[in-house]
Amino acid sequence: MSTISEIPKEEYIKTCTAACAGCSSSLCLRYVLKAAGPDTVLVIPACCTSVIQGVYPNTSFNVPVYNIAFAAAAACASGMSKAFRSAGKKTNVIAYAGDGGTVDIGIQSLSGAFERGTDFLYICYDNEAYGNTGMQRSGATPLGAVTTTTPGGKGEFKKDLDRIVAAHNPPYMATACSAYPLDLYKKVKKALSIEGPKFIHILAPCPPGWRYESDRTIEMGKLAVKTGSWVLWEREYGKLTVSGPSKAAMKNPLPLEEYLKGQGRFKRVTPEIINELQQAVIKNLERVRKEEEGIC
Amino acid sequence: MLTIATGNKAVAAAVKQAHPSVVAAYPITPQTEIIEQVANFVARKEIATEYIPVESEHSAMAACIGASVTGVRTFTATSSHGLLYMHEMLHWAAGARLPIVMANVNRALGPGWNTWAEHTDAFSQRDTGWLQVYVGTVQEAYDVTLMAFRIAEDERVLLPVMVNLDGFSLSHIMQSLDTVDLGDFIPPIRLPHAIDVNNPMGYGPMTGPADYFKFRWDIERSMRDARDVIRETEEEFARRFGRKYGPTEDYQCEDADVVVVSMGTLGKEAEVAVDILRKEGIKAGSMRLRWFRPFPDLDLKGKEVVVIDRDYSFGFGGVVAASIKAKTGIECYNVIAGLGGQEVTYDDIADFVRNRKIGEEMWFGVSE
Repeated sequence: MSTISEIPKEEYIKTCTAACAGCSSSLCLRYVLKAAGPDTVLVIPACCTSVIQGVYPNTSFNVPVYNIAFAAAAACASGMSKAFRSAGKKTNVIAYAGDGGTVDIGIQSLSGAFERGTDFLYICYDNEAYGNTGMQRSGATPLGAVTTTTPGGKGEFKKDLDRIVAAHNPPYMATACSAYPLDLYKKVKKALSIEGPKFIHILAPCPPGWRYESDRTIEMGKLAVKTGSWVLWEREYGKLTVSGPSKAAMKNPLPLEEYLKGQGRFKRVTPEIINELQQAVIKNLERVRKEEEGIC
Repeated sequence: MLTIATGNKAVAAAVKQAHPSVVAAYPITPQTEIIEQVANFVARKEIATEYIPVESEHSAMAACIGASVTGVRTFTATSSHGLLYMHEMLHWAAGARLPIVMANVNRALGPGWNTWAEHTDAFSQRDTGWLQVYVGTVQEAYDVTLMAFRIAEDERVLLPVMVNLDGFSLSHIMQSLDTVDLGDFIPPIRLPHAIDVNNPMGYGPMTGPADYFKFRWDIERSMRDARDVIRETEEEFARRFGRKYGPTEDYQCEDADVVVVSMGTLGKEAEVAVDILRKEGIKAGSMRLRWFRPFPDLDLKGKEVVVIDRDYSFGFGGVVAASIKAKTGIECYNVIAGLGGQEVTYDDIADFVRNRKIGEEMWFGVSE
């Protein structure tokens, strides 16, 4: 498949979700479900998607959705996957969790499920803060970003979730971004074709949280990738490959400021912090390049 | 078949026969022997169960929830801090109407670290919507574990059941055990709201006050219906296997002037105390409270009541005594005893009765 027109027309998300205007995480879920198909159960911990799916007795998703407590998505999915497999069912079990539910409160159950080799796909859609509760700082919030609990900007770097997950040596893991749905679609397809624990980390720009206009969500995702702030890659059985949309940025990334300047959360960030962030991007690109070339 | 076993092994033997599809568990003293046994049954392929060695008790219950909602039978076991660590998921399991069965080996809570018997761990979970039953012998641990699956999975109940046995004083002591040929005593599980990809639904989404309130009432309605299901199940068990159980185990209560109410293994000590007191001319009886949720109707009219609480609600009183007073209006002599595995003998219990002061509370060995 090479063009977006080849993605199946079936919709598993109905039009009346409770998502904010310009929400990229619900856009991503639309493509995740198109790739997964109808024999799929979503496990959702507390996150934006708890709200987006709608209020009882309605649901805007056309696959079974199991809502579970904040820390427990991967553990719940573990039990569900084992139960399906023991009944001879191949049903896809997909945990779809925000960054807070993944890098902070849910990291223990995530680690346990991956260590045990659970056959499931864990997707973290990362809007870099606790979005559902109104944008408080999470471990995934980047340095300098203003949130409601870091009014002067966050003082620490974003937690490197991918290296934590990589330490579990899963057969498949990848990054994705809402601005590149075809890339996401293909990665979900590939992940679900592999047995064992799979992980996809999606950067999901958030208009109210990042403080930009809701019609700029795709542009924001593209800038994240073009500046190299977010690198698209996949790692199959330990072998890393940089994905198409990130290839240009690996060589000639746009200045990071292009990405930061349109976001209100970085409005008051100092030139020193911008420089620190820029240096971190360069360092990360170098690390990815070396890994792809097999140097480390 | 007649054999001997510890309380833990008796529970495991019942689990083997009930044959859950998924067991997710985490070790904690004094429960560990149960899950070791189950893991061994699985490893030896004596049961076709998926054993998930989770990384915490919170995840143990979450994994049971995820498995149970697909419509299969599930089991776990824990104790003390493990039970407390599960607390959030205990509410979830009951609210999601999942018939998970769990053995909880009652143990005190730290600090300081104490692995001996106490009921505060389970009582602190009393409002989670789980049925709670407390056993007094190895045989009862086995029988009740079997019955727990049938009760939990009954469509009039569909709530999780916690089988409680005292740490060490029952979990690790050996008594005779008569195992049964189970036959069809536990029918195949049928969960009406099991996940079905051909009929996709949202489970536990955002729910407004009006619907939420109805769901809460539905839990209570099932708790009330559970009384009938428990009675029917215990009667059917007696018909098939000859051993009778009820909401309480009463010993010499009928003509008693004074009744000792207790739970767990202390209830068996109390029966010996009754024999001693009767020889002295004191018309005593023992009532061992077995079911705590749903709380049974107790016939204590006209009796003086001595309640032994192996628990405490700080700033309030013994939980069992308070519950009896709330339900029956009866003032009792409340003895707080056995916390953290404190030794309580039948002679001590006889003394509680001899020295009773109705309306007062006494901390055994501390406030005498």
